[in-house]
Amino acid sequence: MGEAHRLPDLSGPILRVSGLKRFFDVSRPLLNRLLEGQPRQLLKAVNGVDFEIGEGETFALVGESGCGKSTVANLAAGLYAPSAGKIEFEGVDIATLSRRQMSPYRRHLAMIFQDPYASLNPRWRVQRIVGEPIRAFGLLSDRRAIARRTAELLQQVGLSPADGEKYPHEFSGGQRQRISIARALASQPRFIICDEPTSALDVSVQAQILNLMKGLQRRLGLSYLFISHDLAVVRHMADHIGVMYLGRLCEKGPADAIFSHPRHPYTRMLLDTIPDIEMTGRRRIPVSGEIPNPIDPPMGCAFHPRCPLANQRCRRERPELAPLSGGALAACHASLAGASWQPDAPPE
Amino acid sequence: MPGPLLQIAHLRIAFDTRRGNLVAVDDVSFDVHRGEVFGIVGESGAGKSLTGQAVIGLLEPPGRITAGRIRLEGRRIDNLPYARMRRLRGKQIGMIFQDPLTSLNPLYTIGRQLTETILTHRNMSHAQAREHAVRILSDVGIPAAEKRMEHYPHQFSGGMRQRVVIALALCVNPKLVIADEPTTALDVSIQAQIIALLKQLCEKHATAVVLITHDMGVIAEICDRVAVMYAGRIVELGTVRQVVKHARHPYASGLMGAIPSLRHRQERLNQIEGSMPRLAEIPAGCAFHPRCPEAFAKCRRRRPHLIEIQGAQVACWLYGEKA
Repeated sequence: MGEAHRLPDLSGPILRVSGLKRFFDVSRPLLNRLLEGQPRQLLKAVNGVDFEIGEGETFALVGESGCGKSTVANLAAGLYAPSAGKIEFEGVDIATLSRRQMSPYRRHLAMIFQDPYASLNPRWRVQRIVGEPIRAFGLLSDRRAIARRTAELLQQVGLSPADGEKYPHEFSGGQRQRISIARALASQPRFIICDEPTSALDVSVQAQILNLMKGLQRRLGLSYLFISHDLAVVRHMADHIGVMYLGRLCEKGPADAIFSHPRHPYTRMLLDTIPDIEMTGRRRIPVSGEIPNPIDPPMGCAFHPRCPLANQRCRRERPELAPLSGGALAACHASLAGASWQPDAPPE
Repeated sequence: MPGPLLQIAHLRIAFDTRRGNLVAVDDVSFDVHRGEVFGIVGESGAGKSLTGQAVIGLLEPPGRITAGRIRLEGRRIDNLPYARMRRLRGKQIGMIFQDPLTSLNPLYTIGRQLTETILTHRNMSHAQAREHAVRILSDVGIPAAEKRMEHYPHQFSGGMRQRVVIALALCVNPKLVIADEPTTALDVSIQAQIIALLKQLCEKHATAVVLITHDMGVIAEICDRVAVMYAGRIVELGTVRQVVKHARHPYASGLMGAIPSLRHRQERLNQIEGSMPRLAEIPAGCAFHPRCPEAFAKCRRRRPHLIEIQGAQVACWLYGEKA
């Protein structure tokens, strides 16, 4: 697949998210608020996010805990209703649909979760778990046909049809994640939301699962929304990347552009924090500070207290995503003004 | 000073269970030198944490040491009575665990926890201990240390809490620190800060560190030497460069290949088929042979022991007599 030179998709993206917001009310109870004279407090978990995912593509959202990436995943899956904005699946805004109107679309949206221990019903046999979406969506009615399809799904993810007789506890973490993938594939979705699918796994097992997911994508033409905090995993999987910080995208673009020329200081910082396994001895920007409290984010650019390039403007005015050369967009006053430092300077 | 700081020889840790005696760590030997950062890396169930717990005498029953010796500065510490081990722990050997919340008492201010630790192990007045505690808190990068002394653990963020735990481990200048997955629960940007801090402090105080982790990247960042464990055994031991760049054991090299690279994008990651055996089902011969692409007849029959090749040690028949 040629990642960088993909032609514009004439049939439009499979998923388009625009102006997406989700706020959570984290105020203290009404009585306390009245007595203590406190205002309402809103946690702006997702505060204006736009992206598109093309057919057969992987879009990855990266960021640290609390940046809102999982909330976006849950919004896209329809598990939360957005506070504002649109989630268009093949041109239809699924956020405005009622439960019943949503159901024909739900079949095409599947989800894989992080914890393969919590996401499988321990009392069900694997064949029932994997067969459930087929029954729920009424794709097949004949019991034997369902059994045949389940066996086929298990084989597709590298398990044997005989494993259908077992319970989840009889499997290792990696095998359980395979079961989750088989279940996600059962309704023949076109789009799968993967929320940290390999974060709970050991590296050798992670490699198995990532290879499996890539293989399935190629064979079945799936599109992925891939949520991860691990940039190396994202590098391996994604065609396009969005970097999130405190509920907003701070950089977005083709994976190759972002990894070779990160523009936003936060992206650079994230890349620099990754332990240097190639042991090149490259000099890196020292990281400082921690993520601010999302209930009370900083004025202006949310990243400015940690940013080495921050200037007066960054403290006052919030930067919007703006296109840069190389096809990426970054929300940064300083990068646009051409400020930079030398992250790849050779060590002394 | 003669001899290594920590010597572990033929350590074996077993669990007595209803299903019989399960050997979780088998014939593990290594030395840690003064001021060295020694890494133990492996996947879940490899026995790396148990090895660390054995050194600090905190193995949870029914796990126990059934063979082997652990020596600190030449003196055996694996058979010390509880009270003596307790004195040693903290004073000579500090500990840092994965979850900073479980290593801090939620009911005491961190100032009290630090001064108490210092007073237990060092001959200081209360005022001196407090002064020392403030100094060490600012050493680990906690702003406004004086004020923070009065705070409780829940008032700190995850990264700051781990800094407090590091301060607690280092406040009595131990010779050795056992750090068991110290950065696993933290965000990447915080992880980098904590690794840098640990490295800098141990250099400053010449403290040796045994760093236990599943993350090869962390090992590559700060360790001098590293042991790769699989199914309770060390399969490869050498300098970080030897192991990360030129792993010899098929498991170690497979593990390195399974890590996605930031530099270039591969179409497919190298994968090791199967998964680590359960303790009750460790295969005969080399424990890795069922998953090993290069296994041959001898691997199924006889267990390889660590042999020395160009300064590194590898337990693999590919490097021994083939027959």
